[in-house]
Amino acid sequence: MNLLNKFSNPELCKKLLTLLKNELIRPFRFMEVCGTHTVAIFRSGLRSLFPENLIHVSGPGCPVCVTHEREVAAFLELAQKDVVLATFGDLMRVPGPNKQTLKDLQAQGANIKIVYSPFDALQLALDTPDRDVIFIGIGFETTAPTVAATLNVARQQNIKNFFVFCLHKLVPPALKALLSGGVKIDGFLLPGHVSAIIGRGPYEFLSKDYNLPATIGGFEPVDILQAIYELVKMFNLNQPAVVNCYSRVVKDEGNQKALLMLKRVFEPCSALWRGLGEIPDSGLQIRSEFEAFDARKSFNLEDLPQVPPLKGCKCGDVLKGLLRPDECPLFNKQCTPESPVGPCMVSTEGSCAAYYKYLV
Amino acid sequence: MCLAVPMEVKSIDGLVAEVEIGGVKNQVRLDIIDEQPRPGDYVIVHAGFAIRKLDKDEALETLKLFEKGLGLELT
Ligand code: SF4
Repeated sequence: MNLLNKFSNPELCKKLLTLLKNELIRPFRFMEVCGTHTVAIFRSGLRSLFPENLIHVSGPGCPVCVTHEREVAAFLELAQKDVVLATFGDLMRVPGPNKQTLKDLQAQGANIKIVYSPFDALQLALDTPDRDVIFIGIGFETTAPTVAATLNVARQQNIKNFFVFCLHKLVPPALKALLSGGVKIDGFLLPGHVSAIIGRGPYEFLSKDYNLPATIGGFEPVDILQAIYELVKMFNLNQPAVVNCYSRVVKDEGNQKALLMLKRVFEPCSALWRGLGEIPDSGLQIRSEFEAFDARKSFNLEDLPQVPPLKGCKCGDVLKGLLRPDECPLFNKQCTPESPVGPCMVSTEGSCAAYYKYLV
Repeated sequence: MCLAVPMEVKSIDGLVAEVEIGGVKNQVRLDIIDEQPRPGDYVIVHAGFAIRKLDKDEALETLKLFEKGLGLELT
């Protein structure tokens, strides 16, 4: 659509960049918490145009990266059972204990299928009624409703051979955990499509309790520059608020229909995050009404395997914004996208991978 | 995996819409979209589901604000 191309208009970007530069009277450190923002900031070239005193930090916004090593070990175990494991392609190369990946297991004969949508995994179950199909549910509030809707259809159609291994996570509790852990940030660029579902309300604690400005931003260069400019303006005026700069997609109240679906199928639970550890109420588990589809219950995964963290990998500190990827001793040495040590180098949305691709 | 992109709705059949982006057609589910789209509308698609309708008026409004504030001609 012609209208949408305007959100990458170079003239407009230039003007916004000038405005931003003028507004930056002191160093400003912002964190984005969305893999798509990480990639968009690098790919659009914005990162190299940012003024020196604008410091960009990537937080725990890539669902592949925040999947805990114990969760990875669990789905690797699942893949070795007599099942069809359906997954988003991004998880295929995430190394578990002993550096093993789903891709390795697939080469050794495990039945692993890459799907683009959870609904495709359900279709797989319908097509192979004599096989159990397990979908690995990862992702934040944008993805979880799509899995909820799929489970809802599975229940309506009384499908017996479809299961979800639920590892979904929620963004606001992770931000809270980061901040109470003492991470130094001056403002947040909030994830546009998570916000399309949850709206603006769940972030209000950022300005109320932590005195931090936050803006919900889209993914075109104009969106990103505008959102950062608004952040800096609020910071300078010391008038922090949570502002929606992506109104063509995000409504303040979010998507109520998706939220209802989410609540029908899932309930909040404590969850493990790579690097951040256990955070209360930061994950989703399948409600008892849907437990017939819960892979944790049907495949004996209530307790995740105990495994040590990946040796030498600093993904935890990278995800907390404490370490720049290139400050990790393994970066571009033992750890490259061809031979990744940690998930932040595997996922195209991981910050180590973005640093490697655009800055090495 | 988080990619969510605007796609144009071509036709709708129950809970399934046919959408198009850059000449490539796809089918997406409409189970969780909160405003029923119509052909010609743009929807944000994530993991095979339409998650939001794109609000053209809001897009225009944002661009108009830039026009006014920055003296550019955009719309
Ligand atoms: S560079 Fe590699 S080893 Fe270091 S934090 Fe990133 S993914 Fe982990």
